[in-house]
Amino acid sequence: MAIPVTVRRYAGVVAAAAILCAGVALDVVVRQSGPVTALGGQLRADALSAFMLTVVGAVGLTATWSGLRVRPNPAPTNAYAVLVVLFLGAMSLGVLADNLGVLWVAVEATTIATAFLVGHHGTRRALEAAWKYVVLGSVGVAIAFLGIVLLYAATRSAGSPTLSWATLDATHPALDPSLVRLAAALTILGFATKAGLAPMHSWLPDAHSQAPAPVSGLMSGVLLSVAFYAILRVQAVAAPVIGTGLMRGMLATAGLLSLAVATLLLIAQRDLKRLLAYSSVEHMGVLALAAAIGGPLAISAALLHVLGHGLAKSSAFVASGWILETEGTTRIEDLRLLLRRRPGVAVPFLVGVTALLGLPPFSLFFSEVAIVVAGVQRGMGWVMAATVLLVLGAFAALARRVAVIAFGSSADEPEQMSDSAPDWSTPGPRFPLGVALGTTAVAGFVAGPFAAVLTDAARVLGGAG
Amino acid sequence: MSETTYTQLLQLSAGLLLLCAVLIVWRRSLGAHIRLLAVQGWALAGLVAVLGLHEHSAELLWVSVLVATLKGVVLPAVLARATASDRTRAREETPLINTTAALLAVSFLTMLAYLVSRPVLALGSTAAVAAVPVGMAMALFGFLVLSTRRHAVSQLIGFLLLDNGIATVAFLTAGGVPLVVELGVSLDVLLVVLILRVLTSRIRTEYGDADLDDMTELRD
Repeated sequence: MAIPVTVRRYAGVVAAAAILCAGVALDVVVRQSGPVTALGGQLRADALSAFMLTVVGAVGLTATWSGLRVRPNPAPTNAYAVLVVLFLGAMSLGVLADNLGVLWVAVEATTIATAFLVGHHGTRRALEAAWKYVVLGSVGVAIAFLGIVLLYAATRSAGSPTLSWATLDATHPALDPSLVRLAAALTILGFATKAGLAPMHSWLPDAHSQAPAPVSGLMSGVLLSVAFYAILRVQAVAAPVIGTGLMRGMLATAGLLSLAVATLLLIAQRDLKRLLAYSSVEHMGVLALAAAIGGPLAISAALLHVLGHGLAKSSAFVASGWILETEGTTRIEDLRLLLRRRPGVAVPFLVGVTALLGLPPFSLFFSEVAIVVAGVQRGMGWVMAATVLLVLGAFAALARRVAVIAFGSSADEPEQMSDSAPDWSTPGPRFPLGVALGTTAVAGFVAGPFAAVLTDAARVLGGAG
Repeated sequence: MSETTYTQLLQLSAGLLLLCAVLIVWRRSLGAHIRLLAVQGWALAGLVAVLGLHEHSAELLWVSVLVATLKGVVLPAVLARATASDRTRAREETPLINTTAALLAVSFLTMLAYLVSRPVLALGSTAAVAAVPVGMAMALFGFLVLSTRRHAVSQLIGFLLLDNGIATVAFLTAGGVPLVVELGVSLDVLLVVLILRVLTSRIRTEYGDADLDDMTELRD
């Protein structure tokens, strides 16, 4: 069955644009008239779901639109087009479901949709990455499912079997604390695997480096964030029963460990896409710390971080795909002085990385500062001190590696440089990357309605933390 | 069904589930693994049917038909096709630990399963809840198989053993998850197994056999 070329080219873009519009519309509706439900309560959009849906749409649009080629060939294959749409659909279902079980099914479905996308290039490396990704991803979320089953058993023995967080939040059944403790620990452990938190991160750099660039952008920008969203939901359900101590300990440990692992592996990284992948581990570590802190400030900042990281990381991944296409390699050593030779692909990459480094004016700077401030306010001073040190370490490591691309070393054959004019062309449309990075740059300053969206979304999680 | 018959049938199917899981750890032949998984699938379906009859739940009886079809017939058939083209080497040749150590680990993991299940056992003293450690033990054996075996199909078997264990815990503690979730989970598991089967045959074409130790190109 052949899908027409035009449909194949634009299916992902149209799907992502539709999700973005639906997300923004839901943001507006939810702010005016409260949560919206559909399908007899199976789907429910509150402020948090609407915000996450907007992020899925925005990052999806950045990745799919800028993934379009300027030249019409090669058009994506049938399978690629279908799987990208399924992937976007599964993530939308995940954030809209009002049922931990359905959320789980959607997260597992993203593994299924992306398995062949990771193995898309058909090389040995792609195959190895796809195998590790599917096995580790499925086993990880299987642990989460065991936790969800135990939570369901706890609600059943309390007299009202349910997996809906709206119901649990409204009725507060008397759940058995020791069972909920076990359930929460298993669920968070499982979803943390999918979110790429250390020490369960080993699939992430392989999968991200082998997938086609737009897919890497989608996986890093939203798949990890949807898994993080699942952690937030579980935390909000479990916190009223067992308090926050256990989950705070787990998340803070995983967060600091992720920061440490990412910093160590960034220092000597030789591959551009793996560099971006370990930067994702770092940012997920920051998010895990924000979840550990809890409370309105930390969670609002975490959501801003999700948006900023999603847009910046997908832009950087798409640009790394352009670099691979024009230079034929992603080995950092071979990309010296790329900024002078091919500024067309180097500039969007470097701007994206600057945003990821957490430099102002990009919103990641403000969200990281806000998370640290929230942590100090909540008495996690020592953890925050370690966080700041590790984030600075990761900053130095990442900056040192990408500096090679921008400046190279002084000994880099200057005669080779002079023979051609800088190449400003790009293999894909520049406009979406400009919009994405521009949004990241201004999001930190836009107060008013946007800040209210974030605080409303954070308030959904109630007194979690 | 009288209470005694119910308890006996429940314990019988739980015992069969655990026995199959232990035998999977013991045997090395992939063919035997697949047959044992099929038997385990039927035992799980039987367990669900017994629970359904006891609770007079038509939904659980339908779920037991679903479980029997998926875990008793379809998944073993998919696995059998994955090994069919590999007659010469349908064995796990290079597990990281030998059989004696694996069986010692099994007895240790069973004790651990009882320890982990304590919060669940506190829910009540029904026959179903008392059998929960069996499911936990199966899940832990699944991890053991996943982490000590290097044949691609062995990893699939470990994953399915883990999944069977979780399903057992779900049915024993909560009479299964809501039907929509059950259907979604079944579909997900089926698709994961199909994907891993396709990847297994690609690995075999690419490397000549399905030993995962050959895959060492990606590292830092």
